[in-house]
Amino acid sequence: MNTFPRFFTFAAPSRFYRLAGLMVPWLYGLAAVLAIAGLYTGFFVAPTDATQGESYRIIFVHVPAAWMSMVLYLVMAGWAAVGWAFNARLASMVSRAIAPTGAAFTFLALWTGAFWGKPTWGAWWVWDARLTSELILLFLYLGYMALVEAIDDVRRADQAGALLAVVGAVNVPIIYFSVRWWNTLHQGASISMTAAPKMAQTMVSAMLIMTFCFWAYAFAVIFVRTRAIVLERERQTDWVRSLPGGAV
Amino acid sequence: MAAHILITVVGRDLQLASRRPVDAFLPIVFFLVAGSLFPLGVGPEPEILRQIAPGIVWVCALLSAMLSLGSVFGGDYADGSLEQMLLSRHSPVMLAFSKALAHWVMTGVPLIVVAPLFGLLFDMPAQSIATMTWSLVLGTPILSLVGGVGAAITLGLRNGAVLILLLVLPLCIPVLIFGAGAVTALDAGLSPSGNFSLLGALLLLALLGCPMATAAALRISV
Repeated sequence: MNTFPRFFTFAAPSRFYRLAGLMVPWLYGLAAVLAIAGLYTGFFVAPTDATQGESYRIIFVHVPAAWMSMVLYLVMAGWAAVGWAFNARLASMVSRAIAPTGAAFTFLALWTGAFWGKPTWGAWWVWDARLTSELILLFLYLGYMALVEAIDDVRRADQAGALLAVVGAVNVPIIYFSVRWWNTLHQGASISMTAAPKMAQTMVSAMLIMTFCFWAYAFAVIFVRTRAIVLERERQTDWVRSLPGGAV
Repeated sequence: MAAHILITVVGRDLQLASRRPVDAFLPIVFFLVAGSLFPLGVGPEPEILRQIAPGIVWVCALLSAMLSLGSVFGGDYADGSLEQMLLSRHSPVMLAFSKALAHWVMTGVPLIVVAPLFGLLFDMPAQSIATMTWSLVLGTPILSLVGGVGAAITLGLRNGAVLILLLVLPLCIPVLIFGAGAVTALDAGLSPSGNFSLLGALLLLALLGCPMATAAALRISV
């Protein structure tokens, strides 16, 4: 471990706590600025879609949220696996902190998808492959959260959660393709966003800005939650006791 | 050596189950009762029932396999014998596999036997019944194998039974899709062989991965 001092410096919960505390306000600020810029570009600058009218504008929230929901699951599983394999305390705490944010993004993607689906498809919900697999992803998040909450022993909770997250991550592609083939067999919704004409440049940039905004927001919230978990788990240590405000 | 522990564990579990025959029959009774509710809820039109029968059978099979998962490791965990098994020199992977096999023999095999009867109740054509039964032959072992992971991971937890459902059901969705899809494909005039191949592939994957995951979960939980 001593050969990589820089790489592991912030794996110590105390150092991470301080660094994350410094970064959180900036990340929130960045998220707010990007949200204003992205939403302004998306709602006012980007042209009206030729076929879907104004209702398509929800994609500036919907698509980045869907991306985040999938990426965060992999990140969560990755940190959980690192925490399990190398017994890295902070990695386990981070993976736990990611789960609620990932679930929130999944829910946001489903919710905004329903808002988009009603005017476009004429239904709040269709059993389309993407929607169904996103719903299953939400179930996977909920299962992970329920499992780690149900186990009182922190170590066991982290390891069991890691195992479940890794099994889930292996399963995600299988579930995705099975749902896709199931859907084509059943002749589901024939409208697909990939078939739409090429998007205007402003649409793409609005979507990218919103993606960065969601990243900044995700980092901020995950850091805040990780800091809380650090305090909870390290409450008997000297460095937590010496924090201003006592044992917090 | 590996075969020895397999036979011992499976034989022991079957013997234990035979001492409490009513418990052993519960999953199959659940399967029958739950399946019989659908005509009452959906309506007795044979056309609709024939169409949804494979889905009903598969969903009920899934649920009845889940319901009995708590007992896979539960009893052995409570009386400490699971700990002794893990402390023994035998591979925990083999133990996990034997437990899943015993679970399948106790819940999967009866389901496969009863499923054709269900097909008749729902007025399915003979060929669809055969396809459905074969899909169950390939699919129910996967449920037992994946379920073993969930059973091991939730050992001794509050609300363990509900938690197993929440953890395992999403992972079993591909099995449900391909299993019920085999019959749907046949009814649509297509060959079910693609679905069978995919189920077979899932079974192989589950055979390779699930005992290892279960063994890891047992090491965490016990």
